[in-house]
Amino acid sequence: MLNKKTKMMRAVPTMAELAAQGKSPEILFWVGCAGSFDDRYKRVTVAFSEILLSLNIDFAVLGQEEACTGDPARRAGNEFLFQMQAMANIQVLNGYEVKKIVTACPHCFNTIKNEYPDLGGNYEVIHHTQFLQQLIDGGMLKVDGGEFKGKKITYHDSCYLGRANDVYEAPRELLKSLDADLVEMKRCRTNGLCCGAGGGQMFKDAEKGKKEINIERTEEALDTGAKVIASGCPFCMTMLSDGVKNKEKEGEVVVKDLAEIISESMK
Amino acid sequence: MIGLSQLVFLVIVITAGYFLTKRIKEIRRNILMGKPLDRSDKSSERLKSMILIAFGQKKMFKKPIPAFLHLLIYVGFLVINLEVLEFVIDGLTGEHRFFAPYLGDFYNVAMNFFEILALGVLISCIIFLIRRNVLKVERFTKPEMKGWPAMDGNLILIIEIVLMVVILKMNAADQVLQSRGVEGYYETGTLYISNVLIPIYQNFSSTLLITIERGAWWFHIVGILAFAVYVTYSKHLHIFLAFPNTYYSNLESKGKIANMDSVTNEVKLMLGMPAENGAAPEEVGRFGAKDATDLSWKSLMEAYSCTECGRCTAECPANQTGKLLSPRKVVMDTRDRIEEIGKGQGREKSLLGDYITNEEINACTSCNACTEACPVNIDPLSIILEMKRYVAMEESGSPASWNAMFANIETNFAPWKFAPTDRFNWADDVKQKD
Repeated sequence: MLNKKTKMMRAVPTMAELAAQGKSPEILFWVGCAGSFDDRYKRVTVAFSEILLSLNIDFAVLGQEEACTGDPARRAGNEFLFQMQAMANIQVLNGYEVKKIVTACPHCFNTIKNEYPDLGGNYEVIHHTQFLQQLIDGGMLKVDGGEFKGKKITYHDSCYLGRANDVYEAPRELLKSLDADLVEMKRCRTNGLCCGAGGGQMFKDAEKGKKEINIERTEEALDTGAKVIASGCPFCMTMLSDGVKNKEKEGEVVVKDLAEIISESMK
Repeated sequence: MIGLSQLVFLVIVITAGYFLTKRIKEIRRNILMGKPLDRSDKSSERLKSMILIAFGQKKMFKKPIPAFLHLLIYVGFLVINLEVLEFVIDGLTGEHRFFAPYLGDFYNVAMNFFEILALGVLISCIIFLIRRNVLKVERFTKPEMKGWPAMDGNLILIIEIVLMVVILKMNAADQVLQSRGVEGYYETGTLYISNVLIPIYQNFSSTLLITIERGAWWFHIVGILAFAVYVTYSKHLHIFLAFPNTYYSNLESKGKIANMDSVTNEVKLMLGMPAENGAAPEEVGRFGAKDATDLSWKSLMEAYSCTECGRCTAECPANQTGKLLSPRKVVMDTRDRIEEIGKGQGREKSLLGDYITNEEINACTSCNACTEACPVNIDPLSIILEMKRYVAMEESGSPASWNAMFANIETNFAPWKFAPTDRFNWADDVKQKD
């Protein structure tokens, strides 16, 4: 274990450190705000980093140089703030001559992939579930279903991965590689129901209604009988975890990110 | 020498043509009141999406039963229009069944095909009426459907039923007249669907039958022309607008929000970066949309293309959980408002405020379920986003917690209140590989 005080010895390299050594990594891991600050999602960031480190992937993070992509601001209507964030980030990314980015956040993924090009930021961007699938397909990452083998798992499509960017297969392929019993919810893939957090909803209370969206979605997930709800998005993670708690099922059902599931299944 | 009936027919066609042209010009003008948006690129990709989605009805088939019934009406509409062509030629030339002598036996095949389609349309329309009024399919009973929209939907179905019944009655009377060798009634051969109605007419005098046949002919053609004009005032306009609307649809990833270039120039100046082409910032009218004319012409075209099927609303997570937001209502409101502006009315009103409330737009999760669900690629999300932009940038009227989120991003570079220096602390928990 690393001593928290010896920050110089962090295992995860930063772009700045590598640049100082005249090196630039193959791929940048864009952590995102939730991955950096949210206690639950930090565990996903750690799990994913540990996979990358154990496979000797040539990667780095921006560390303190990373800033919000601006996604929630743009979707809440504040285009000024979005563009300020985007341009500042693009300056940093282009400064390091970043070519390829992997991120565990579908919102960051969508914004950097689809929206940064208009402002001068052109990168190959992939979601961490796609990256993990590529590693498995390429034979670099070997998994063993272990406790997940034959276990009922349902996958919740994040809107920003699914409908927004047509990524439906990679997360499911990961679960299949574990020989897990993938059970689909009634509304899945293009018809998937939102967790309720998109479009900046994560940062405000829901409007008046008869039900919370995350409860509606959690009920659907629980109806599948799955003991694991797999997700690939920090906001979905929060919404579904809250939903499971609300239904008092946290003793039986866990919400896990695919990076965590894969990390626990590595040979 | 032109007969009286030909003259009357000509006058009717010209009158219908006049009202139709006037209305089409009006709609075109209203749509063009929207803001510019360039959708002139990628013509082959656009053509493909039009062929698949409008012509091929690809997205309808997410719900197979209504898709099949709708397909019957759609094919019926397309094909029976060929018969309308004959109606028009007959009306102008004073002939009866103009194509019959030229097509020979094939005329019988074509007529039987039309009759089968007419029956298909008839049955589909009846089932649709039952779905709307007896089974009360949920998406047809939402609040925005009360009153005129529900009436409009029913009227269209009833008109189509009446038109189909009349065409079958006409053919039945025609066949009896043919069997009696009445002059001018060409032998069409047996028409199997209308044949069923023949017993009703068997004992009628030939004069009465000619009156019935001619009456049905006039009713059908005048009915169709009147319907064509009616369509332009109703939700049924999708039968034409579905084509340009899918052609000009958004081809980018659904998740991408289009960049506001007017903002880019200002932000670049603020950051001390050279603006595009070194140009001075252009005069910006208004950020986002307060009224229908602040939306792009495409959003306005979409408003006219909407047939109020409500699939967007049925899929909307906010609507499903009882929030006020209904994407269909947003689109319907946009059409109502641009119509009002087009008439020069309601100058003191605006789309946001008088039609659509902040509570509605604030409930959107931007999940794209509505855009995915729409069979003709309408994008209610972009209307909602433009309004959010207006509220955020022109009024600073976003919900307080969003304003706090904005402030956090500005000061901490994260939407939550965390110190930016703590951003990399997660790495302390990463285990060093052995």
